[in-house]
Amino acid sequence: MATPILKVSGLKKYFLSSGGFTGRNKQVIKAVDGVDFEIYPGETVGLVGESGCGKTTVGRTILKLYDPTEGSIFFEGQDIAHASKVEIFSIRSKMQMIFQDPYASLNPRHTVGEIIGAPFQIHTKLSKDEIKNEVQSLLTKVGLNPEHINRFPHEFSGGQRQRIGIARALALRPKLIVADEPVSALDVSIQAQVVNLLDDLQDEYGLAYLFVAHDLSVVQHISDRVIVMYLGKVMEIAKTESLFKEPRHPYTKALLSAVPIPDPKLERSRERITLVGDLPTPANPPSGCVFNTRCWKAKDICRTTAPELLTVGSSTVACHFPE
Amino acid sequence: MFKYVSRRLAYAIFLLFLLSIVVYLIFGLLPIDPARISCGVHCSPATVLGNRHRLGLDVPLYEQWWRFICGIFAGRTYGDGAAQFTCPAPSLGYSFPHNECVTNVIAGAFPFTLSLAIGAFILWMTIGVSFGIIAARFRGTFIDKAATAFVLIGSSLPTFIVGLLVYIAAFLMHWIDPISQGLWVSPFSDPFGFFKNFIFPWITLALAFAAIYTRLTRGNVIETSSEDFIRTARAKGVSERRILIKHNLRTSLAPLVTNAGLDFGGLLGGAIITESIFQLPGLGMISLKAVLHDYDLPLIMGTTLVAATFIILFNLIVDLAYAYLDPRVRIA
Amino acid sequence: MSSFLEVKNLSVAFPTEDGIVQATNEVTFSVDLGQTLAIVGESGSGKSVSNLAIMGLHNPKSTRISGQAIFNLESGPIDVLTAPTETVRKMRGSTMSMIFQDPMSSLHPFFTIGNQIAESWLLHNEGGKKEARARAIEMLDLVGIPSADRRVDDYPHQFSGGMRQRAMIAMALVNNPKLLIADEPTTALDVTIQAQIIELIKQVQKEFNMAVILITHDLGVVAEVADHINVMYAGRLVETGPVDDVFYNSDHPYTRGLLNSIPRVDSFHGGRLSTIPGQPPSLIHLPNGCSFQPRCSYAKHVFGNKCEISMPELSQKAANHLARCHLSEAEIISATKAGA
Repeated sequence: MATPILKVSGLKKYFLSSGGFTGRNKQVIKAVDGVDFEIYPGETVGLVGESGCGKTTVGRTILKLYDPTEGSIFFEGQDIAHASKVEIFSIRSKMQMIFQDPYASLNPRHTVGEIIGAPFQIHTKLSKDEIKNEVQSLLTKVGLNPEHINRFPHEFSGGQRQRIGIARALALRPKLIVADEPVSALDVSIQAQVVNLLDDLQDEYGLAYLFVAHDLSVVQHISDRVIVMYLGKVMEIAKTESLFKEPRHPYTKALLSAVPIPDPKLERSRERITLVGDLPTPANPPSGCVFNTRCWKAKDICRTTAPELLTVGSSTVACHFPE
Repeated sequence: MFKYVSRRLAYAIFLLFLLSIVVYLIFGLLPIDPARISCGVHCSPATVLGNRHRLGLDVPLYEQWWRFICGIFAGRTYGDGAAQFTCPAPSLGYSFPHNECVTNVIAGAFPFTLSLAIGAFILWMTIGVSFGIIAARFRGTFIDKAATAFVLIGSSLPTFIVGLLVYIAAFLMHWIDPISQGLWVSPFSDPFGFFKNFIFPWITLALAFAAIYTRLTRGNVIETSSEDFIRTARAKGVSERRILIKHNLRTSLAPLVTNAGLDFGGLLGGAIITESIFQLPGLGMISLKAVLHDYDLPLIMGTTLVAATFIILFNLIVDLAYAYLDPRVRIA
Repeated sequence: MSSFLEVKNLSVAFPTEDGIVQATNEVTFSVDLGQTLAIVGESGSGKSVSNLAIMGLHNPKSTRISGQAIFNLESGPIDVLTAPTETVRKMRGSTMSMIFQDPMSSLHPFFTIGNQIAESWLLHNEGGKKEARARAIEMLDLVGIPSADRRVDDYPHQFSGGMRQRAMIAMALVNNPKLLIADEPTTALDVTIQAQIIELIKQVQKEFNMAVILITHDLGVVAEVADHINVMYAGRLVETGPVDDVFYNSDHPYTRGLLNSIPRVDSFHGGRLSTIPGQPPSLIHLPNGCSFQPRCSYAKHVFGNKCEISMPELSQKAANHLARCHLSEAEIISATKAGA
């Protein structure tokens, strides 16, 4: 087996809430509470879960946008969890991020040329002309007109802006891209274009993606393996096909069952598992298995003991009673 | 809640403590000798020394400060023998230029400042909020443009210009009598005289604030009117009038409480320019005189601490009021 | 017999500095009581704009509206686009209600949930505050808020996202409306919560026998709840029909493209997604002829550049199934085989 490009183990990230008006109710929010996984070169790993499950925090902590509270992050064999700013600087060119909101993540006062050229200026010694050439070839790669190098972000549509974000991330030939909800702000017909673009770029550059998203159908389409998170913990990790065909964790099962399928006849005949209740708050997660308050299979042990991630069939599942 | 308020109050006292140290330090570093100034033009070195002792300036700076602090709680005695006299607690020291305890000087000046601040506050809040609401309601029309002109003029004219214009106008109309202007007229015994004394200072002080509050109110009302919850109210069938009064204004005016409280608290420390123009011997004027003319450290210390106390107090009041108005702050 | 709501030739335009934005163009449709109509389209297709017009929620100063929206009430038909403002205001919240995408920002942050529901009831009923409060509790209970008598005094920020949308639904239903317009009601919610809210909408529709207009971009949600679909593109209705017809026999290339471009959780195929090339057009400068023509892979198969010259009419394909396309279905199929 190949060596993973990224290996995360025991990753924890806790936030301290501000504590409200009187500042007396400070709480520890366990956004990510002990997460382990690997990403191999050229692989796409989908990271799914509902809001507050910690998926975005995982992505950002890996890129060291947050400092991890605990645990290690090995990128190409080097532990970057506790690396210095200088070490991170050199690694940053190999790990990039694509954001959800193409409107908010591009500086409106900079031209496309400046936005995509910025990584070259920071990390390389290329001349202005060389940078311009690089930027134009990147624009072509992501399906934009290279003559639009002097335009500003507002002159582009949402889908085109996301392409600009992708071009910027690609600039320094990274090995890993963390894509945080890259298509969820886009219209349906544009989503497919961007998903295909990400697919093509992966083939061309041998990129690895950590694809963070809540839309299971897109994740299913693009991912080789999928990680399901709930309240800061990993519930299940499996190859995409087996996860979607035979979900082992009750939460995965419920999540899949909740996704409506664009097929009226099928929808009418489908039995849906509707989870009762709301997500508990990560400031005060349930004891034992964090899913036990909404799980229809929960027994006493689930309320007292947190299950370990164990291999069941072709999946790795954290459940006392996997399917 | 009680714990929170007491913690804030303790913090306030700490701040005032710190402030008193800073004022003493500044004064100690200045190349000015109040003993010499208080002595006059023809002055023997012996008199200066005597004065220095009487003023309590012959001990180190920290000791002066400590005596000041003790005086607040225990009162303070000056001089020796027959010339001895006492300022009872809370004593903020003794002002030689005024020949009176600082506490009494401030107590004499405060009614002017308080009257000026309250009157101007009522005036500017009434004008500012109503102009703002009307301008927002008739956005883009002639009325809105007139309000915008008012905002521009009101907030760009410096107070001393406004004050002079108002003063001249009032003088020409024989409304102002420069001789009686500085005398205190109680609003309870002679409401008309009180009103006559203060109406022009009120207008002067309120104009700029009214302009600012018109702008703030207009902006807030317009911003709120595009909120989703206003659309929801409309979708429920709420009338436009009720939407403005119940759904919009509550949200739009809540942030104004913060501004208003802080501005009012600041004014209780004295409005120097307005008080000077209209010769109102309020806190602003006595501080100005103490700084520029008399180098009256005890009085400066007293007025500074009073002004700071009001600012800190109103900060707390404003926070509590906002928490009362916005449930998200209250409970979170 | 006429339908409960009949919308005829509804156009909504916003004059701007750059020109007139024709947000909705001559839209005609109808909904019956007990029926769910889904309006599908991308941002800027005019799906929300047309419904805000029916509710009378556009600012009359900055909007030009024409056409008819007739409610066939027991007391007689009312065209809300021409009726007096006061009449329409009284219908809002009682005859017709609306819920929105973001339940957090749609609820007033300073008033309790109960207060906001009660206000809606008091506006349209004779009765006191006590009664209104009782109604609010009853409605919260109906939409599945646990211990409603206690939560009624909570503020919106004390509710979770799903509960807020439930509260919005409770508020919309408190006066037994005949029409519920739901504008992307689950888009801001998590998928397990979305499932709950969809279930709730289905349930209350049966209970209240309402007409429901569901505005969404999510074809999965449509498949789950809709009886009838309107597909909109660039301000126009491009296809309308019963849900099965539109899903399985779509007659407009845009509808087909949309259905083909979404990955499905129930079928794993990898490979590339089929896409609709290009971008939706600007509503100020629409393309000549059919608005979809620059993105349409079938346009070149139509004889004599017809698609670039004339806007096709909505034409009948099957019972109740209309599409705005010059191609017949046979032509689409043969074009597909030709490798379009």
